[in-house]
Amino acid sequence: MDYATLLQILDSTVRLAVPLLLACLAGLWSERAGVFDIGLEGKMLVAAFASGAVAFLTGSAWAGLLAGIGAALVWALLHGLASITFRGNQLISGVALNFLASGITVLVAQTAFQQGGRTPSLSGEARFNELTLPLAETARGVPVIGPLYADVISGHPILTYLAVLAVPLTWWVLYRTRFGLRLRAVGENPAAVDTAGVSVARMRFSAVLITGVLCGIAGAYLATALQAGFGREMTAGRGYIALAALIFAKWRPWGALWATLLFGFFQAIALRPDVVPIPVPALEALPYVLTVLVLAGFVGKAIPPRAGGEPYVKER
Amino acid sequence: MRQIPRWADVVLVPLISLVLAAICATLVILAIGQDPWEAITTMVTGALGSAYGWGYTLYYTTSFIFTGLAVTMAFHAGLFNIGGEGQAQLGGLGIALALLFIPWPHWTVALLAAIIASAASGALWGAIPGWLQAKRGSHIVITTIMFNYIAYALIVWMLVDVLRPAGQAEPATARFGLGIPALSDIPGLNLVFTDAVPANISLFLALIACVGVWALLWRTPLGYEIRAFGKSEPAARYAGIRPVRTVMIAMALSGALAGMMSINNVMGESGRLLQNSSEGAGFIGIAVALMGRNHPFGVVLSALLFGFLYQGGAELGLWTSIPIDLRVVVQGLVILFTGALDHMVRMMLGVFFRPRKVA
Repeated sequence: MDYATLLQILDSTVRLAVPLLLACLAGLWSERAGVFDIGLEGKMLVAAFASGAVAFLTGSAWAGLLAGIGAALVWALLHGLASITFRGNQLISGVALNFLASGITVLVAQTAFQQGGRTPSLSGEARFNELTLPLAETARGVPVIGPLYADVISGHPILTYLAVLAVPLTWWVLYRTRFGLRLRAVGENPAAVDTAGVSVARMRFSAVLITGVLCGIAGAYLATALQAGFGREMTAGRGYIALAALIFAKWRPWGALWATLLFGFFQAIALRPDVVPIPVPALEALPYVLTVLVLAGFVGKAIPPRAGGEPYVKER
Repeated sequence: MRQIPRWADVVLVPLISLVLAAICATLVILAIGQDPWEAITTMVTGALGSAYGWGYTLYYTTSFIFTGLAVTMAFHAGLFNIGGEGQAQLGGLGIALALLFIPWPHWTVALLAAIIASAASGALWGAIPGWLQAKRGSHIVITTIMFNYIAYALIVWMLVDVLRPAGQAEPATARFGLGIPALSDIPGLNLVFTDAVPANISLFLALIACVGVWALLWRTPLGYEIRAFGKSEPAARYAGIRPVRTVMIAMALSGALAGMMSINNVMGESGRLLQNSSEGAGFIGIAVALMGRNHPFGVVLSALLFGFLYQGGAELGLWTSIPIDLRVVVQGLVILFTGALDHMVRMMLGVFFRPRKVA
């Protein structure tokens, strides 16, 4: 494998890691506040559909992004309602919302566009197009680093850079603000937060809504940047892989970045039968197999937020 | 939260959840500009209006009983097995391997072999995530989902590169030499089912499995251990119940039940292994188990309901302009209301069951 091939693979690593990173950070917010979210997949799917449809109808990728965030927020609210307000089983609520997303997106897409559950393909301003970072072409001449900058770091849609910025932002809010401290406390010991006079339900709802926003961006990225339009089940298990990455990252923002780049790399090499000489079905299964192996072997001791998955019941 | 009587918890809560899911589904149908009344009449006539319709409804019911029991089994051990889909497909692969290469003398022997093969391969696909959870701490939900994708790729590879007969374009195995009798082949029942129907004798197998699961969970020491483990792991550990063994046995049994579903569709209906043979039945098992309150008897009733929904949904796709995907929406709604919003229903009901005032 030569350097040019490696750069190509790294470039698609970045492309494929972005939705995983956004979903992983989304899961991080929710789980840090003590709400498990299996439903990242469904939120991304409704967001992908809404952004694909709205971007097609308005011709604006930004309108699509807003619609995607809106749709994911509705799903996030439903999850919050089931798992915070009515203290339901968080895993089951997530699974239910995933099915609901999978059915409703195709149902509405088929009714509205009659294209077998797809949205019409997008072009021009309806997609987030690739940006060239300053000096990318000038730097190309510099050996090794130049092509890396020009091909891998530059040349991505704006959402990619937003996703990377979301990492330090998440870190700062979670670890350097009062809101973040309370949010993490709600995930570890909600009773203590409640005693201090802070509403547990309110903190958890804020976290779940932030999850919705990030999933919305992830879905919009899938439909309007990575691909040109929504397709049936286009999330393809990314929500679940993001959860695996979250465990691998031990629920930390910077860890999430490295973990999702690793999983993005798995997906990128799965697209290259010329580099990895194994049968195509085996190659397709590779990201999933590697996810299982990573979870089973290399995580070490990953301690989840202590109050995760348990509804908070105020004592009376 | 107010306590409600046990009968209300067992009967009213699922019924009201179902009504709420139905209301939401109606709203969805209205939202896409279709007629809900037309939808329901099409579904009822298509699924229950003829012996032929019943033949399909019972066929789906059989599959859903197996996958519902699979989810139930894991739930009692406190495990959420979302891998029924992959386990069912592996079961189908087991059946294909058992039936394609050994010339069984009679269908009864072949059925026995199919039961063993499907249960064993399903059990394997369930036990590995179980082992990973118990030994390595991998989250069972994520691992079973990954195993669904891996199973799918494995089956594609087997069908395209290994089991496909030479000269056949479609990724499928050759036809098996032996099948099992459909309900329309059985003397007596053939007076009702005059046309050939896909429902077959594995329906009776599914009902036997129900009794078996009930007996195992509530009448044997192993079942006690599984349920105790599911209620409280530390307590079970303290009582000397071995966690790794319990998790693996529960997941193997769960996978075996999901795998045995393939007797119905792979050996019974299609007579060969196709791509995506389970067609989502593994996922429906989740809804069936939740709706059936994780009890084998409840599983039979809710499997029948979902059988109706599935056959009715297929009829919708055929005769109306409502896409067949409405089935997945209803499935999600049922899981949401019966599994996640059940406290909401209980709170609503609590209003009607006020504790009597002591004068």
